[in-house]
Amino acid sequence: MCGIAGLIHRNKSSNVGFELQGMLQALKHRGEDSTGYALYGDTDGKNFIARIKIGENVGEGSSSVAEDVSVYDQRKKEVDACIKELGAKIVKEERILPYSLRYEIEYNKKDLLEFSQRIESIPGVEILSMGKSLEVIKDLGNAKMVCDRYNLDKLVGTHAIGHARMATESGVDIKSAHPFWGYPFSDVSVVHNGQLTNYWNNRRALENKGMRFMSECDSELIAVYLAEKMRSGATLEEGMKESLSGLDGVFTYFVATKNSLGMAKDTMAAKPLVLYESDDLVAMGSEEIAIRSVLPQEIDTYDPFDGEVKVWQI
Amino acid sequence: MANLKNVTKKTKAQEMGMHSEVLTGRTQQKFFNPDEAENFYYFGTYDVDFNKRTDLDVKDMTAAEANKKIDNLMSEGYGTIVIKNPQGKHSLGVGILNKLNLIFEGSLGYFGIGSSDGPVVRINGRVGWSCAENLMAGKVVIEKNAGSCFGAAIRGGDLICKGSVGARTGIDMKGGTIIIGGDAGAFTGFMMQRGRIIILGDVGINLGDSMYDGTIFIGGKIGSYGSDAVPSDLTKSDQEWLRRKLKVAEIGENFDVSKMTKVVAGKKLWNYDNLEPTEKKGAI
Repeated sequence: MCGIAGLIHRNKSSNVGFELQGMLQALKHRGEDSTGYALYGDTDGKNFIARIKIGENVGEGSSSVAEDVSVYDQRKKEVDACIKELGAKIVKEERILPYSLRYEIEYNKKDLLEFSQRIESIPGVEILSMGKSLEVIKDLGNAKMVCDRYNLDKLVGTHAIGHARMATESGVDIKSAHPFWGYPFSDVSVVHNGQLTNYWNNRRALENKGMRFMSECDSELIAVYLAEKMRSGATLEEGMKESLSGLDGVFTYFVATKNSLGMAKDTMAAKPLVLYESDDLVAMGSEEIAIRSVLPQEIDTYDPFDGEVKVWQI
Repeated sequence: MANLKNVTKKTKAQEMGMHSEVLTGRTQQKFFNPDEAENFYYFGTYDVDFNKRTDLDVKDMTAAEANKKIDNLMSEGYGTIVIKNPQGKHSLGVGILNKLNLIFEGSLGYFGIGSSDGPVVRINGRVGWSCAENLMAGKVVIEKNAGSCFGAAIRGGDLICKGSVGARTGIDMKGGTIIIGGDAGAFTGFMMQRGRIIILGDVGINLGDSMYDGTIFIGGKIGSYGSDAVPSDLTKSDQEWLRRKLKVAEIGENFDVSKMTKVVAGKKLWNYDNLEPTEKKGAI
């Protein structure tokens, strides 16, 4: 079933980590195999923040194979060496969990493709996100568990999207969890509720164009699809509008960039979405109770119609 | 009793193009004769006094607790119950088989007022998906917007949304009336079998897709017609009924109903099992 939620503050920053945790926890009945956050924090914009996975969470019903922590240590060494070889410098590093790294990296090239390809050529390593504001954090369990594990409730920023997952067509593991980074574009992330039925056709076509997939989760296709459109010169909104005909199946998805938040709903309107919009805040989720966790007072909300695409700026 | 083959004089409903199918076999009419309504009794229903009124704050209650409390209040004779702080909770006010004035001061989540028979409900906020699903009788008024599958499979009663509604409004409905003051999404009236839908605003694509019977009235633009949904003549009798219904519904009283589009089933899908696939394709 899955649940998605997102919010964007306009003209101010807020405790988006805490707010999104409340929204996703309200949707936990829609799935708690894994939960993911894409948080757009307030930063000075100088360095890249990379969230890197060097192993899987093998507890809590995971479908992954257990590995010794020494394997993670070895992978970390290889990642560090590779970053150095690429001419980048690790300014700050945190190893939040044995399999999870948060690096602040000084890297002067704009194109992240080469960087990402080199890092991900190390077996078992995946860049969950890379950007000057974006941080993707995803792990097994419900929103509160993941938030507590990664200390997300203090994160201040302008906008965020998240996903509470009931695993259906791929494994219970971090690599299949949402959000997906719009690789290799800095600060682009996607969450999705639904099923895409032309996944393999699109995947083959996109792989032939040099795009990379890290999982077999159909939702990853949206991130890759939009990334390819933007690489070809389309704006985010143009890519989203094209996706209504390019993607087959049922879907409601959110996409976020450094400065914006967007939503798209398929032409059959088969998946739910409730939306609240004011001058200061846009909040949306699969169910109204998600919005109520940040706005408990009586508010006016509505369901976007079939085939609707909307994008808001901070 | 239910066979209409021998009925020579057309009823007003038939003149309006409704209930035109030949009914055979045992129908609900046989068991639910309105003239004998007083003889019917639902187990677990109560005599309530509409002048006996109380408030119920459900802020810290689960849906099950709130619904149980509503039932308890009815058993104590309360005929008017005002629900405070529903805060978008799911499944509130379901399974009420009683006459009751129920007022929600706020919004409901999914499946609100589902499987009810008889209450008059007013919701001063919005409702989520599948509001009033399987409604048998009564009146439900929503002051703001509603989600998708509004009035799914209702059998009777009046379901009114003063704002706009999502997709698949009136899906599989088998009776009753749905009235929308604003716009409606795709697949409105999808597979409807009987009953009436009135949309004062615009409606999305595939209107009345695979509808078996029933009537849809549209005040605004139509995105597209679905399979076997066709426009029909709007009669004077239709217009009279629309004016009366909109007045009772407290919505669009001054709306120019003469310009509405009437949509009915083309009935080419009827008995489709008798057709070969190629014939079926041609029929549609």
